[in-house]
Amino acid sequence: MKVKVIARSEEDFTKERSQDLQKVFRNLDPSLHPQERAHEYVRAVNAAKLDKVFAKPFVGALNGHADGVSCMVKNPRRLNCLVSASLDGDIRLWDVAYRRTVRQFPGHKGAVRGLAISSDGEHLVSCGDDCTVRLWEVPSAFTGESTGDDVDIIEPVATYQGKNAFRAVDHQWDSKVFATGGAQVDIWDHNRSEPINTFSWGADSILSLRFNPAEHDVFATTASDRSIALYDLRMGTPLRKLVMQTKTNAVAWNPREPMNFTAANEDGNCYSYDMRKLKYSLCIHKDHVSAVMAIDYSPTGREFVTGSYDRTVRIFPFNGGHSREVYHTKRMQRVFSVNFSGDATYVLSGSDDTNIRVWKAKASEQLGVLVPREKQRHAYLAAVKQRYKHLPEINRIDRHRHLPKPIYKANKLRHAVTEAERKKESRKRAHSAPGAINHTPARKKRIVAEVE
Amino acid sequence: MDKRKSHKRKTPAPATDDALPVVLHRGELKKREGEKEEDKWKHIRDKKLKGEIIQREKLFGEAAETATKFQEWLLPSEAGYLEAEGLEDTRHFSQEAIVKEVDVTSARKAFDLQLPDLGPYHVDYNANGVFMLLGGRKGHLAMMDWKKTRLMMEFQVRETIRDVKFLHNETFFAVAQKKYVFIYDRRGVELHCMRDHIQPLKLEFLPHHFLLASIDKAGILRYQDTSTGVLLTQHRTHLGRGGVMRMNPYNSVLGLGHSNGTVTMWSPNMSTPLVSMLCHRGPVTSVAYDSEGVHMVTGGMDGKVKVWDVRKFLPLHTYFAPTTPKSIEISQKGLVAVGCGSKIEIWRDALSTKQVKPYLSHRLAKGAQVEDLAFCPYEDVLGTGHSAGISSLLVPGAGEPNFDTYVANPYETLKQRREAEVHRLLDKLPSDTIALDPNTIGGILQTSKDNQLSKVVLSKEANKANAIAAGKEVKLKNKMKGKNKPSRRHKRKQLNVITAEMAMKREMLEKQKSDKKNLAASETDRDSSLPLALARFQRK
Repeated sequence: MKVKVIARSEEDFTKERSQDLQKVFRNLDPSLHPQERAHEYVRAVNAAKLDKVFAKPFVGALNGHADGVSCMVKNPRRLNCLVSASLDGDIRLWDVAYRRTVRQFPGHKGAVRGLAISSDGEHLVSCGDDCTVRLWEVPSAFTGESTGDDVDIIEPVATYQGKNAFRAVDHQWDSKVFATGGAQVDIWDHNRSEPINTFSWGADSILSLRFNPAEHDVFATTASDRSIALYDLRMGTPLRKLVMQTKTNAVAWNPREPMNFTAANEDGNCYSYDMRKLKYSLCIHKDHVSAVMAIDYSPTGREFVTGSYDRTVRIFPFNGGHSREVYHTKRMQRVFSVNFSGDATYVLSGSDDTNIRVWKAKASEQLGVLVPREKQRHAYLAAVKQRYKHLPEINRIDRHRHLPKPIYKANKLRHAVTEAERKKESRKRAHSAPGAINHTPARKKRIVAEVE
Repeated sequence: MDKRKSHKRKTPAPATDDALPVVLHRGELKKREGEKEEDKWKHIRDKKLKGEIIQREKLFGEAAETATKFQEWLLPSEAGYLEAEGLEDTRHFSQEAIVKEVDVTSARKAFDLQLPDLGPYHVDYNANGVFMLLGGRKGHLAMMDWKKTRLMMEFQVRETIRDVKFLHNETFFAVAQKKYVFIYDRRGVELHCMRDHIQPLKLEFLPHHFLLASIDKAGILRYQDTSTGVLLTQHRTHLGRGGVMRMNPYNSVLGLGHSNGTVTMWSPNMSTPLVSMLCHRGPVTSVAYDSEGVHMVTGGMDGKVKVWDVRKFLPLHTYFAPTTPKSIEISQKGLVAVGCGSKIEIWRDALSTKQVKPYLSHRLAKGAQVEDLAFCPYEDVLGTGHSAGISSLLVPGAGEPNFDTYVANPYETLKQRREAEVHRLLDKLPSDTIALDPNTIGGILQTSKDNQLSKVVLSKEANKANAIAAGKEVKLKNKMKGKNKPSRRHKRKQLNVITAEMAMKREMLEKQKSDKKNLAASETDRDSSLPLALARFQRK
């Protein structure tokens, strides 16, 4: 007879000393884990609910400005450095980590409309309604920790006088050239007092201007004649122009797919375009109920943040039709400027109520250093949520966002209007000869013309 | 979640048409022979989605494979075995012989408790197999750490005890007493008297759902949530006194055995049984399920032990018990223990193949009668409650040698037990996840169009069979008299109603017509060179 029965010695399965960790044994035999699918589903539901519980996106406010914040720019070289400007001509340098103003840049007599920082993080360009462009030097080392009430004041390095008010400025990557937009597009060099080049196409004023992150010489502007225009510094003339039905307030390039840009439109939608194919937009991002005023891409290029006249900040996936997140507070007014932080963890919004607000990019994310166990847990829960996200309960919990009543109502109204339009068109088509009414896809509908 | 998930099935579903793949969820889609992995997702039209799914499935598959491989290498213990050498036969090995051969600590696991006064006894082990609960018919209740032979608690409830059951861990247990179900804690303090459960006969605990189920003398099945204390549902079985109940660990469906020979399967979501199957000619005395949810073993008063495939609800094998099987139990590794009278037979591999002789057999001393059997999880031990007390028998190869710390840990510390309890409560499944196929959760229902099509095909087939059966029996008399009788008028009206029979008749008529046409057509294209008079001699 050969016989063996299960015999375990306790020492092999328990810890030797009290300081040791408990031993863990796994057996993945499915018969020991019955109903695993149901368990995963329950965990996914719980994870979705916990996400709601922990969704506390508001981190803090930077207050100091005395008027609405018109524009913001982040320093590409330093994570905690942010420069903001307000409608009373005040420019401030912030240490975001300490939420303190570290420097002030006085000089502008009217509203500051544009800010840009050079790619080495040393120069700041500002422009405004007082028809001046000012060049400043950004201090290289500062900390908000020691700053008290008295803030250092910085004098401009250079002041450039223009004939008309300026609305937008952006700095070219890796050179001493920047472009301003106002009545026309001017290209400036740090060392020249006059613009080195000037572009004008149509009579209307430029609203925003952004250099392409990959092709240094290409930039896009939006103008109040409802156009989005592309320019190349190497050529004497503008490249192309796209006219939409409503004007575009701001434009942002996708840093990971630099041929694509997203335009923040007055009609409350954002439109993503491929600069090579302007016949139709790649994606329409709908959700805002009023004009979108500002837009900024995350450094990852997977999502972007928008600020709107409807007093909300939304975060969209770069290829998604609807926003992933909406942020609002009772006191936040019209949002004029938004910014993604350099590590894609935070979102900053500057609004009419003189505050700059810092939000988390993922509302329920746990900040700070995570121990590996926590990381694993978060990854597991994210995976099960991803796996069961299509199930109605999880989908409902995950998608739900509380909205202020006016926005909720406006949303409903917009939906009713579009639905009515769609119905009307379909009825028209049904009652006309076949082919008499052409179907225009939504991605083409808002485009009026493409001019070369 | 809705109630669609629990299917009511009385007969096995007929095989569906090959053209309509019945796709319910990922696991159910079967690969045909010679089919590639990619072809499984042929029905998905969206190329992007299809690519994503194929990629993801591949990753999942690889991950699962490597994980199991690594696990196999890392598993610390090996299963027990008992092998005969030469002319020996394992079923003749007595407990004494086995105990003599094994090591000292294992030998201590075989013991007898002589408790002849208060028996017969019911036995239950907790999930990690450390504690044993004894309930004597005449009120004796005891809990012991049986490996250390340490008595944790013992007292007399002064009432009939019909069944005992541990709840989610050893700190609580439920006892079916004469009138009600009681819940005690590990020190024997009575915590709850559940007056909703009247005259309970059998208890079962659903650990994933925290449900305590009881079946009573009137055949009422009750589910009580032990985490919230709510009586979830009660179902009347309408099948008389029930004393046989067992949970299927694969899907948490309860199987009840009845005196009319049927076994019914219940979930709290439906007031009627999910399945009702006639298993025995005579009352069913015991039911047991294996851990993978594939097999069910039933024992009946007819002296038979039958093995069923519970996926298809079909019988596999029949064994004959020496007498009426009183209790049947299946171990983690699939050993079947059958207790009849004073004899306990243990069968190995008896589920998948028909065996000719048992693996082990044991006769209780002094003709004690078996009352209850319970395999100890993660040990090679069978606990037997009988009229003269308790016997713990060594059954090599019965238990799963490798435990999972996060499922059941025999070496659990106090802190681990507390943490596990919290995690179990967080992962508690809602009661509506109890369905015959637990994998439907999170799956995709077929598109409505495909569903409808397959349903039409199925119903046509079913109707056809019925129509043929009905058509065989009916003989129409050729009556001419009394044409205007109300009954005749009604009959004539019914001729307009489209039924399966009518459809068949119509089909036949059409076929006849087309046959005639074909015949006529064949006549027209006969050889015209022959004279008409000779046409009938033409070779066809």
